[in-house]
Amino acid sequence: MTLRTRRFVFLVMAPILGAVLLWAFAGLPRFGHYRGPYGDILNAVSVPERHVTDVVTAVNFDYRGFDTLGEEFIFFAAVIGVVLILREQSDERLGHIEDFASGRAVPPTSDAVRVLGLGLVPLTVLFGIDVVVHGQLTPGGGFQGGVVLATAVLLIYLAGEYDDLHGLYQEATLERAEAFGAAAYVALGLLGLGLDGAFMKNVLPLGHTGSVWSAGAIPLINIAVAVEIGAGLVMLLTNFLHQTIVVRPDGRRSPLERVLRQGRPT
Amino acid sequence: MTFLPYVVAVWLFLAGLYGIVTSRNLVHQVVCLSVVQTSTYVVLLAVGYRTNATAPVFAGIALTRPAVDPIVQALSLTDVVVGATVSALLLAIVVQVHKRTGSLDPEDLRDVNQRIPQ
Repeated sequence: MTLRTRRFVFLVMAPILGAVLLWAFAGLPRFGHYRGPYGDILNAVSVPERHVTDVVTAVNFDYRGFDTLGEEFIFFAAVIGVVLILREQSDERLGHIEDFASGRAVPPTSDAVRVLGLGLVPLTVLFGIDVVVHGQLTPGGGFQGGVVLATAVLLIYLAGEYDDLHGLYQEATLERAEAFGAAAYVALGLLGLGLDGAFMKNVLPLGHTGSVWSAGAIPLINIAVAVEIGAGLVMLLTNFLHQTIVVRPDGRRSPLERVLRQGRPT
Repeated sequence: MTFLPYVVAVWLFLAGLYGIVTSRNLVHQVVCLSVVQTSTYVVLLAVGYRTNATAPVFAGIALTRPAVDPIVQALSLTDVVVGATVSALLLAIVVQVHKRTGSLDPEDLRDVNQRIPQ
C-alpha cells in the first residue's frame, strides 16, 4: 500500500472509529460524576486498614500488589529485551570511545554544563530517595523515585565523559541490583505466604499513620522497586549510549547480511 | 463540558494513529504510538474524576473529604510504565534497523533485500 492509499483509507475509516469510540464513551458516567463504588471504598478503608495517607500507593503495592509484581516483571523483561537487541553484533567491534552525532562535530562539554550537572547529582539522588521513601505518604514511590535516581547517574555522563560513567560501576553490578530488586519484591510477597498463608499479605507492623515507618511492607516494596527500576533504567540508557559511543561496524558482512544478499538458502 | 475529556482522548488516539499511518521516520512513528497511548491516560483519569473532589492523598485532610478514584490513578501508573518499556524496545529495534538498512523510512523497509549497504 502506498502512502497515499494508506492516508486515504485512514481518512475514511478514522471518522467511523472516532464516532464508535465517542458512542462508547457516551455510555460512561459524565465527566465529574464518578459513581464508584470501589474507589470510594478504598478511600474510606485504606487509611485505617493500612496506615497510609496516599491511597494510590496502597492500591498499587497492597490491594493490587500482585498486579504490580507483574508490572515490575514487564519492565524487567523489557530491559533484558533491549540488552539482547542491542548486543554487539558479529560484524561490529568495540571502537574508541567517542561522542558521535551524524552530520556535525560534537562540541566539547562546556564548563557551565559540567558545574550544573555535577551540582545536580547530589540533589537528584536526595530527591529520588525522598520520593521513594515517602511513597506511602505522598504521591511518589518506587517507580517514580527509581527513575529520578537513574537520572542522577545519567547526569554524570552529561557533566563528564562516557568513561566517567563507565568507571563508576560494572555491568554485572547493575544486573545484580536489578535482579535483587525484582527478587526482593517476590520475597516480601512470600513472607506473607509463609507467615500468614496468603501471598502479599502484610505481616509487618503497620506503624503510626503519617510517619515514614508506617504502612507495613509498602515502603520496603517501594525500595525494592526503586532498586530494580533505577538499575534497569541505567542499563537501558547506557545500552543506547553504548550504541552511539562505543559500537562501530567492523566492515565485515554479518551472516544475516550474507543470507539477505544471496537469497535464502533453500 | 462534561464530555470534553472523552473527546480529547478520541482526538489524541486518532491524531497519533494518523502519525503512525503516514510517518516517514521510525523514531517519529514510535513517538506517535506514545501519543496514542496518552489517550488511555486521559480516559482513565476522566473516568475516576469527581467535580470539586480532592486527590486521594489524605495527608492533613479529613478522611470524609470527597476524593477522586485512586484505582484509575494506580492503573495510569501501570500504563506509563508499560508505555515506557514499549518505547524502549521499539527504539532498540529501530537502532538495529538503521544499522542494517541505513534507512529510517518505513517505505524503504518494504523488502528486506533492498538497501543493504555495500
